[in-house]
Formats: sequence, structure tokens, C-alpha cells
Amino acid sequence: MTAIIVAEQLTKAYAGKLAVDHLDLTIEQGEVFGLLGPNGAGKTTTILMLLGLTEPSSGHAEVAGFDPLRQPLQVKRLVGYMPDQVGFYDNLSGVANLHYTARLAGLRGREIDQRIDAALARVGLRDAGPKAVKTYSRGMRQRLAIAEILMKQAKVAILDEPTGGLDPQGTREFLELIRSLKQDGMTILLSSHLLDLVQSVCDRVALFNAGKIGLIGRVEDLLRDVLGGSHIIRVEAEGRDLGAAIAAVPGVKSVACDGNAFAVEAAGDLRPQIARAVIGAGGNLIAIGAGHASLDQVYTRYFEGVRHAA
Amino acid sequence: MRREGSALSGAATVMLKELADNLSSTRMRLLEILIFVTGASAAYSTIGEVKDQLSEYPFVFLLIFTSAHEPLPSFVAFLGFLIPIVAIALGFDSVNGEFNRRTMSRILAQPIYRDALLIGKFLAGLITLAVVLSALWLLVLGLGILMLGVPPNTDEILRGLAFLLASIAYGGVWLALALLFSVIFNSAATAALAALAVWLLFAFFWQMLVPLVTMAIAPPDPFDPLSTLRTIDIGMDIARLSPNTLFAETTLAFLSPTTRALGPILSTQMQGAVRGAPLPLGESLAIVWPQLTALLAAVILLFVIAYVLFQRKEVRA
Repeated sequence: MTAIIVAEQLTKAYAGKLAVDHLDLTIEQGEVFGLLGPNGAGKTTTILMLLGLTEPSSGHAEVAGFDPLRQPLQVKRLVGYMPDQVGFYDNLSGVANLHYTARLAGLRGREIDQRIDAALARVGLRDAGPKAVKTYSRGMRQRLAIAEILMKQAKVAILDEPTGGLDPQGTREFLELIRSLKQDGMTILLSSHLLDLVQSVCDRVALFNAGKIGLIGRVEDLLRDVLGGSHIIRVEAEGRDLGAAIAAVPGVKSVACDGNAFAVEAAGDLRPQIARAVIGAGGNLIAIGAGHASLDQVYTRYFEGVRHAA
Repeated sequence: MRREGSALSGAATVMLKELADNLSSTRMRLLEILIFVTGASAAYSTIGEVKDQLSEYPFVFLLIFTSAHEPLPSFVAFLGFLIPIVAIALGFDSVNGEFNRRTMSRILAQPIYRDALLIGKFLAGLITLAVVLSALWLLVLGLGILMLGVPPNTDEILRGLAFLLASIAYGGVWLALALLFSVIFNSAATAALAALAVWLLFAFFWQMLVPLVTMAIAPPDPFDPLSTLRTIDIGMDIARLSPNTLFAETTLAFLSPTTRALGPILSTQMQGAVRGAPLPLGESLAIVWPQLTALLAAVILLFVIAYVLFQRKEVRA
């Protein structure tokens, strides 16, 4: 594995405020890397610096061996970028939009048509291609942006909030598309504030907060390290004071209650013990099951810890 | 370290795309209709009048451009008025429009420099302007040939061409101004209003302001006759800060070949001159050379300011 994106002490200050604070990051070739964190955490600024679209206040970045600040054209030739809330020329057709960027990217002649056709077919927009972009749905625009990256035959795809504004069906299809890009050997850097949504496609993630990376690593490792291998058990039951009854079960670390639903964090799989406790307390047990530990919990837990420590 | 690649790569692509947009947009259609109807009607109405002078004046074709037939103003006055509007309409949303459509970061992520985008857009605007003005110019000339029944002579053609080029340069000033405002203001509406405000200032209020300012900074001394001359000179210098004044003086020299000077001249300076005799084109050009250079300098200056601001603009609006 070789590093394709490297950031060293990358810093960006806007009006004296640090948007990105001495960031160190290495992304290997062929991996799907997620920059995760709430809005305003510095994800987009980091991306713009990697693309050479914003000048870092200090620090250094390298994409495929090129410096985005000094050799922006080489970097932009290799990298496909899909901005947050991507826009196209509405009065032009999807094909015409891609044709324009293809020419800007330096492609000429019949190769453009072939590449556009292949790219549109890949993202399922072949029929919609000749229609004006103003008739496109949000999901179609996002797929058109992916088609642009495919057409460019980029080695690295940088996607900023790729699932923003998509419905669940659209999101699922989009994540599927990202997986297929990975299979082609493309390196993908994506940012999102929806941690749970993208944890399934990312090989590694970096959790951002206030311009800094708090945690970085493989999703499973983060889940294990931060949540300490604890199990999440979801319980649905009717009755009085069930929260206290569940909390009294040995091994239960915490109980979060929302009406009749309880989210129990436990040291192991304590479903039988919890079920017994609920029934013992005179409650009606409706459902009990193992929930999945999610990055959301990791994020909340970790940065709560940081705040408490501060 | 020298940057790699040409700053202009991609400029032609941007220009062609913008040109197609300009020429097919409804906005341009409306302006074309406006400028063609007004310009052609102004010219048409004067042709009947200037026809009578066909035998006595050698530059009748130029009169079509300059003479006014009440209540319509002359063709030149119409152009001085309408060119800025067309140029502003072409440029006011060129840069901020890309931001508002959210296409800017996607386009700048392609392997081009920002230079290409700005230069391409400016050239596309200038070419559109040139196409519209040339078409109008040919239309008026054609009308003249049809209705007067004689072809224009070489001198008239050359002077007419010089006037056409001057009017394109004048449009370039306003296009560069609109482009500058489209970089400064993120809202297209604000940029359009700001550009129209500048246009209003120069088209209507400048003539009123100039005497006031002149009297304030250089009042004539009643005991020194030469100080009056100085006041007039300063007044003209201030007036010439307006591109409208520069354009008016340029067209005057090109289209009225008898124009010998644009400022006050003393009778001693006129000694030996044949009054009313037309100057050769070269001499007319020499008279307005400073005005023409000033127009071009204004275009370049405004474009450079827009360029610098655009280079420094954060992609993230």
C-alpha cells in the first residue's frame, strides 16, 4: 500500500479563527476514507486545501506526489471532485454539462463522447443524458457528478457530503455506487456528517471536531476501543420503573429510556438476564434484541470525554 | 517557482460556452431587439433629412450617425446610452452566477487556472458585444445605401469602422465594470444595481456635477483672462473621467471630420486654418488618440482589479 494523500500539519485560519488545526492525515491508495464530523468541523476546508482550491495558512499537503498549491493542474487532472450540493448548468443537458468539463479537462474529439456515454451508462443516466439538468432530481445530479469523475478517469475521488439531501433509497444506491468505484481501484475520500450512514462503506474514518481529528482508524477498531467492546441491547417493554430494574442487572452500564423503548449498554450479551429482570419487575416484555454499536455513539462518547477532560 | 501549464488553457473552452450562452439567452434577445429597433429607427429617421445635403457635403453617411431628427436623439446618442446597458447585462452575473449555481468549485476542480475562467468570460462578452454592434452598424450602412442610392466612399467607411471600434472599446469598459462587480458582490442583483448606479452617475449626473466641482476647486479669477482657460481645462479633465465623455469626444472626432480640437482654442491658434475644411482620418485619429487610449486603459484597469480580486476570492462563498 502506498500513500496517495498526505497532509502534514495542515492549517487554515479564517479571520483569525482556526478552521483546520494542524491536521495530519495519510490516505492509502485504493481505500475508502471517511472524514466524519458535524457541520463546521473543517471537513470541507480540508478538502479544498487538498484540491488546491484554498491556500493553507501553514502546513503542507501532497496528492499523488504533487503539491496542490504549487502543481495544481497535475493534482486536478488526477482528482475528481464532487462538491457539497453540487451544481450544474440547468439549461444545458447532462451530456452538454459533461462535455464542457471534459473539454476543460483537456479531452478532445470522439474520445469525449465515448467516455461520457460509458460514464452515464455506469451511473444509470444514459436515458436522462440528453435532457436538461433542470429536470433532474437531487439524486440524479449527484450521480451526474459521479459520472463526471468517471469520465475524467480520476484516480482519486473526493466527495463532499455525497449523501446530503438524498432519500433512503437514493442513499442506498449511492453507497452501492461508491462500493463499485472502490472495486475499480479508485481511492475515495468522502466527508459526511451522517456517521452511521457511511460507516458501512468506509475502510477507515477520521472523526473531526473543531478543526482537529479526534480519532482515526478502522471503524471496528474505533467501536471496540472507544465503546470498550460493550453491547447495545434494545428493549421494548411496558411497566413501571423498568429502567431502574434493568439498571440493577449486574453488568449493565447504562440505560437510556424513551417511552417504552430502552437502549441498554452492557458488558456482554445480557439479553436473558434483562428479560428476566423486566418480567420480575412485573413488566410486559414486548421485544428484545441486540442493537448495533454505531459511530454516532463513538463520536458522542469520545468528544464528551474530551470536553470533560478540558 | 513558475507555475506549470498555460494560464490560458481552457480559456477558449470557457469562451465558446459563454458565447453560446450569451447568444442564446432570452436576456440577450430582448436587448438585441431593443438596441436594433431604437438604433435603426434613429438612423432611419435622419436619412430623409440628410438626403438633401448629398450634393454639398462629402460625408453624408456619417451624418446618418450623428444628426438627430426630433423627437428622436441621434444614433450616436442612442448608442452612448444603450451600449452600457447591454454590456452590464452581459457581465453582471458572470462570476457570482457560478457561485450561486454552485458550479464554481466543480469547474475550478478541473485542470485549469482561474485566469482561464475570467478571461474566457470577458472575451465572450466582448465578442457578443462586437457581434451586436457590427450587425447594427452594417444595418445602418445598408439602410443608408438603399435610401440614399449612393455607396459610401472609402473615407466614410474607414471613419465608420473607427467609430465601430471605439464603440466596442466603450462597451468593453462597462463590461469590465460589470465583471468587476460580479466578483465583488455575491448577489447578482446587487452587482447589477451597483453597475447601473455607476451608469446613471455618468450618463445623467456627471454633466451636472462637473461645473460644481470645477467651480469649487478652480474658480476663474476675474482679473486674469487666462485663468478662465485654466478653469475650462480642469472642467474638461474632470468630465473626461467619465467613459461617456471619452466616447462622445471620440465619436465627434471620427464622425465630424471638420472637428479640429476638442477643447477651447485661441484665435491665434486658428491662424492659417481653412475653416470648415475636413481633416484627414489620420489627423482626426491624432486628436482623439488620448481618449481612445484612456478607454482602453480603463478596460485593462478594471479587468486587472477584477482579476486580482477573483484570484484572492475564497472558493467557499
